[in-house]
Amino acid sequence: MILRAVLGLAMLVVATVAAPGLRAQAPEAPIQHLLQEHGEIIAKSSRRTIGPAIEALATSGLPEAQVVLERWQAKEMWFHEETGLFVFAEEVDRSTIKIFDIADGSEIGDVPDDDYKQLKPNSGIRGLIGGALVQFQLSDPNPRNRMRALNAIERRPEAGHLAALRGAMEGEDNPAIAARKARLERLLTMEFDESEEARIAAIEGFAGDLGVDVRAVLNRMVATRRGAAAEAPEGADIARLLTPGSEDLSLADAYGLLVSAELAAPRISRDAKRAALVANIENGSVAGIEVATLGSEGARDLAYAALAEAGVVEPVATEAQVAEALEAHVFFERYVAAPPGVAQAAQVALGAIELRLGLNEAADLALDALSLASIYFLAAIGLAITFGVMRVINMAHGEFIMMGAYTGYVVQLFVSDYTLSILIALPLAFLVTFGAGVAMERLVIRWLYHRPLETLLATFGISIALQQLAKNIFGTQARPLTAPGWLDGSLVFNDVVSISYIRIAIFVLALLFLALFLFVMNRTRLGLEVRAVTQNPRMAASMGINPDRINMLTFGFGSGIAGIAGVAIGLYAKVTSEMGQDYIVQSFMTVVVGGVGNIWGTLLGASLVGLLQKGIEWMNPSNTLAAQTYMILFIILFIQFRPRGIIALKGRAAEA
Amino acid sequence: MSDLAIGAAPRRPFVARHPSVLIFLALLALFTLGVTILAEGFGIGVISTSFVKTLGKTLCLCLVALAMDLVWGYTGILSLGHMAFFGLGGYAIGMWLMYARTELIVIESLSAAPLPPTPDEIRDGIANQIFGVVGASELPPIWAVAHSLPLQLAAVVLVPGLLALVFGWLAFRSRVTGVYLSILTQAMTLGLALWLFQNDSGLRGNNGLSGLQNLPGLGGVPQSTVSMWFFWGSALALGLGYVLCAWVVSGKFGSVIRAIRDDEARVRFLGYPVEAFKLFIFTLSAVIAGIAGALYYPQAGIINPAEVAPIASIYLAVWVAIGGRGRLYGAVIGAALVSLLSTWFTGGQAPDLDLGFYRIQWVDWWTVLLGLSFVAVTLFAPKGIGGLIDLITERRPPDRHGADLGPEPGALREQEADAK
Amino acid sequence: MSTLLEVSGVSVSFDGFKAINNLSFQIGERELRAVIGPNGAGKTTFMDIVTGKTRPDEGRVTWGEKAQSLLSMSESAIARAGVGRKFQRPTVFEDQTVADNLMMALKKARGPFAVLRFKPSAADHDRVAELAEEIGLTPALARKAGELSHGQKQWLEIGMLLAQEPRLLLVDEPAAGMTPAEREHTTDLLVEAAKTRSVVVVEHDMEFVRRLGCKVTVLHEGAVLAEGSIDHVTKDERVIEVYLGR
Repeated sequence: MILRAVLGLAMLVVATVAAPGLRAQAPEAPIQHLLQEHGEIIAKSSRRTIGPAIEALATSGLPEAQVVLERWQAKEMWFHEETGLFVFAEEVDRSTIKIFDIADGSEIGDVPDDDYKQLKPNSGIRGLIGGALVQFQLSDPNPRNRMRALNAIERRPEAGHLAALRGAMEGEDNPAIAARKARLERLLTMEFDESEEARIAAIEGFAGDLGVDVRAVLNRMVATRRGAAAEAPEGADIARLLTPGSEDLSLADAYGLLVSAELAAPRISRDAKRAALVANIENGSVAGIEVATLGSEGARDLAYAALAEAGVVEPVATEAQVAEALEAHVFFERYVAAPPGVAQAAQVALGAIELRLGLNEAADLALDALSLASIYFLAAIGLAITFGVMRVINMAHGEFIMMGAYTGYVVQLFVSDYTLSILIALPLAFLVTFGAGVAMERLVIRWLYHRPLETLLATFGISIALQQLAKNIFGTQARPLTAPGWLDGSLVFNDVVSISYIRIAIFVLALLFLALFLFVMNRTRLGLEVRAVTQNPRMAASMGINPDRINMLTFGFGSGIAGIAGVAIGLYAKVTSEMGQDYIVQSFMTVVVGGVGNIWGTLLGASLVGLLQKGIEWMNPSNTLAAQTYMILFIILFIQFRPRGIIALKGRAAEA
Repeated sequence: MSDLAIGAAPRRPFVARHPSVLIFLALLALFTLGVTILAEGFGIGVISTSFVKTLGKTLCLCLVALAMDLVWGYTGILSLGHMAFFGLGGYAIGMWLMYARTELIVIESLSAAPLPPTPDEIRDGIANQIFGVVGASELPPIWAVAHSLPLQLAAVVLVPGLLALVFGWLAFRSRVTGVYLSILTQAMTLGLALWLFQNDSGLRGNNGLSGLQNLPGLGGVPQSTVSMWFFWGSALALGLGYVLCAWVVSGKFGSVIRAIRDDEARVRFLGYPVEAFKLFIFTLSAVIAGIAGALYYPQAGIINPAEVAPIASIYLAVWVAIGGRGRLYGAVIGAALVSLLSTWFTGGQAPDLDLGFYRIQWVDWWTVLLGLSFVAVTLFAPKGIGGLIDLITERRPPDRHGADLGPEPGALREQEADAK
Repeated sequence: MSTLLEVSGVSVSFDGFKAINNLSFQIGERELRAVIGPNGAGKTTFMDIVTGKTRPDEGRVTWGEKAQSLLSMSESAIARAGVGRKFQRPTVFEDQTVADNLMMALKKARGPFAVLRFKPSAADHDRVAELAEEIGLTPALARKAGELSHGQKQWLEIGMLLAQEPRLLLVDEPAAGMTPAEREHTTDLLVEAAKTRSVVVVEHDMEFVRRLGCKVTVLHEGAVLAEGSIDHVTKDERVIEVYLGR
């Protein structure tokens, strides 16, 4: 100890002599010593060579290492250009810095910055430093820092983290963080542990886990590289053999493998061939063949072969040679990311996970379809009332949906509280569209009850007029209808299955309307009268029911529901003057598929249309347009077998 | 159109028995002659080339309106998808126009290359030119015969015809009628439009086909001349189409389809295969629509999937209803009047109407007006503009021979109430 | 007398209600038959089944010498095979002239292409004139059918049926809403028609049936209750019970 102190004192003197500004610098401090060992590469500051320096710091076990790494990362470390000693520094002004000792952080004093150079680690190096810092942060007293460290590991896991993580697991008092640490430890074990058995055990431990993190790690571990060889390769690391020309390996790719493995001569592309020929045109001919005759690939091949024979260009493989080469070699995929045993275990685990994943995706799809179905149901229920009960096709139904949505938008202009505004908008939208529906029934529809095709056209006239009117009033750009904050976010079951709260709300709304409809139709005087008028208007009239009034109310009711559907749809889609058009055809199809005159039919129709659309989209995920086309095709075919919908009325009722 | 005088059955020529056909053809000829004299191409140049194109397009719209009248006015099938057939005809001819013209351009540009082009290079060049915009570089299979004018012309007739045949067979066979059928035809055209909208439909997605006004190999002919060719072609097609439709709806066939319109079940009990008649009319009208489309789009210059959106077909029904369905000249009048008015109003040529407190700009308000006037026509004038002609003719001594058969409120109401 | 139409063991139900219950019925060539029964006895449904409008749940319907099944045929094919039907309410094409209505009904090829090529010959015009004479509508030939009186429409429809030259005529309540004079004319027409073909008349009105003077089948609750001459069935106690109530 004494010896060391003396030595330190001596060095201090030397340092003080060399750099007059450094009064209290402690060059003998172990941390400084360590840095000096790697001084050259630290000063060089290159991402490719810096590794050992950071590693040395991180594994030194010195208490100051964390601070040094942090301040280095923050570009607060400087070094003296002559002695190479490192200090922390803060810029005082443009030419002066205040320096601190790196061992104990004590202030040394202000010095001119001429002799010092700042270390400016680039982002790559900062990343490496960050990785090294993780092990310190894992045991940081602040739980947020520990969490941050875990996130950092998850983003960029490295073999080195494993030991650090294991070291930091004990003594973790926060149960949530402890669980995450444990899970991360198993993930890292899976990927980085030195013992294959441990890795396989960890993989098996994750059997059936749907986490995105597990799948990401497993997928990394089963990564393969394609190769080609003359003989079927031996060895457990061969994932599988490939057949050229199959779906997994095209002929061109297979030949490309041979070429890159230098097992075959390269082929020449059409463009390269043409370029070679063009480069060798002499006096209007190539290798003695007239340019004017080179108007076909065959002729060009011959000319190129002639050039190759003359030694002007490299010979290339002919089609026959290509075929022969492909025939003579085997193609395979080789595990490259993990030892064969581990990779195979990972493969098995992935297979099992994918099966469960499929089931869960199906569940998620069913949820999606359910929410789509409830939207169609909401959009179609009003139509089902007017079409089913009154046999009136209302082409302006979509515009009533739009009116409802715009009502919501206008309410939000005046009422800024979103919860309150939606609560006002729902009944108001009902009133507005109820009024519009009653007006339309009184002014137009009742004159056309016996001419359904003309009702269709007249309501279409109203539809285009309303649409343009909305455009003239609100402009063509989309207007927002904002959901209250408590409807943000999703109900998450696991990494695969989730559903947003808005969709749940719409589903609940659809259920409410189903209940409301059933109640009104089966339990109220109005419903009784509506059913009577539907079945036999003349008889109903003779019993004192006023069919005019009933028709008016029914139409208003159907239109009012469209308005409420408009608010609901506006919450998750944009409000535009054309939004009604997006739903009208689907709504019609829902009613047609479900069958007329029965609310359960509409429900089934909506479920079928929704499920079908989601199902087709899932099978052909890149293309929702094609999905809709297929759905329409399906419905046209469906009508073939059930022309009157799923729930069809029979006998005299159907002919009435 | 049924003027069978009983007892005597004089075999007069078809046109003589149907004077309205003769009047129509005379007016059409006069109109064509007038436009020819006034246009730039061969006349004194009072009418601009773009207006000649507008008139030529209007003639095509009249032709497709005739087809619609055949289906709806006479047979009672309210098809809301006939513009799909119109669009398919346009796409069929557009493919050839675009391919052939691009081929000339590609050959032209490749001829500057040091080596003479190979067929593959030409094909790739064409594919790149046409499909670069949707990020593809290979000709889709449906372009296999795009190089051949006769085959694409055949497609103008066959593609709409086959689609109508298959769709109609499916729909009529399962006795889908009335509003159900309307919705189904609407779904058909929506399906087609959605399919065309995708980039990998092979028909350039929502870019559609463009440059169709340029005839391949006739780059030197000015548009003023080309426009007249198409104008004459459209007039000829309309004339022929009118005579064909008049012939179809006259005589016993006309009787049967009008009977189907009024009481389908009764016609069945007379022993007529109703479905076969409907299918015949549906397919025939689809073919006429396809031909009209093939003449329309070279004058329009561009076709894209929006043209076959459901709204277009509904407008077609609007024209026929406003003109007066169940009479051929009604369809022509409706299509010509409404489409020209639409062009005038939406083209910004109509003067704004100043109400003092609000300035009505027709570009914005024309659609509202059209929609409302459509409601008014349906409510108050179910016979459409053609009803005016009845007012004039019915002042003469009552002669029920060959009186026109508009939808009689009494007759139709009872049967339609029965149908649903 | 050979059997033209045989209906055996036919049942049909609508939403659980048995409209026709194990019904069997036969009619021979050139036979006139009246079918009577109270409301809801299944008279109209019976006609619907024979003409192909309604498919029975079970049973057989055979036709002609070859005992061809009508169940797999469409309405129009059944009509072409020789079954003509007159509806309760007169259904003529009101928008077209009487001549057109008759011309359409004339027995000719029915396919669309044949119809398109069809040109009425002098013989066809003569036949139309002859039919018009028979139903008393010669002066109205050029008028629209919609302008005719109710009774005239009934006759026009009968005329159209005759023009079809069916082997079996199904007539649903032909006398409904007619004046006594018109009824008489109608009876004559039907009796005359039955000389060359089979005729089944569904009727409510006992007097009318009595004047037809033919065999009577009584339907009740979708099945045959009694069959025989008018005097025979009107004495049948069950028939009396059904018609007059207990």
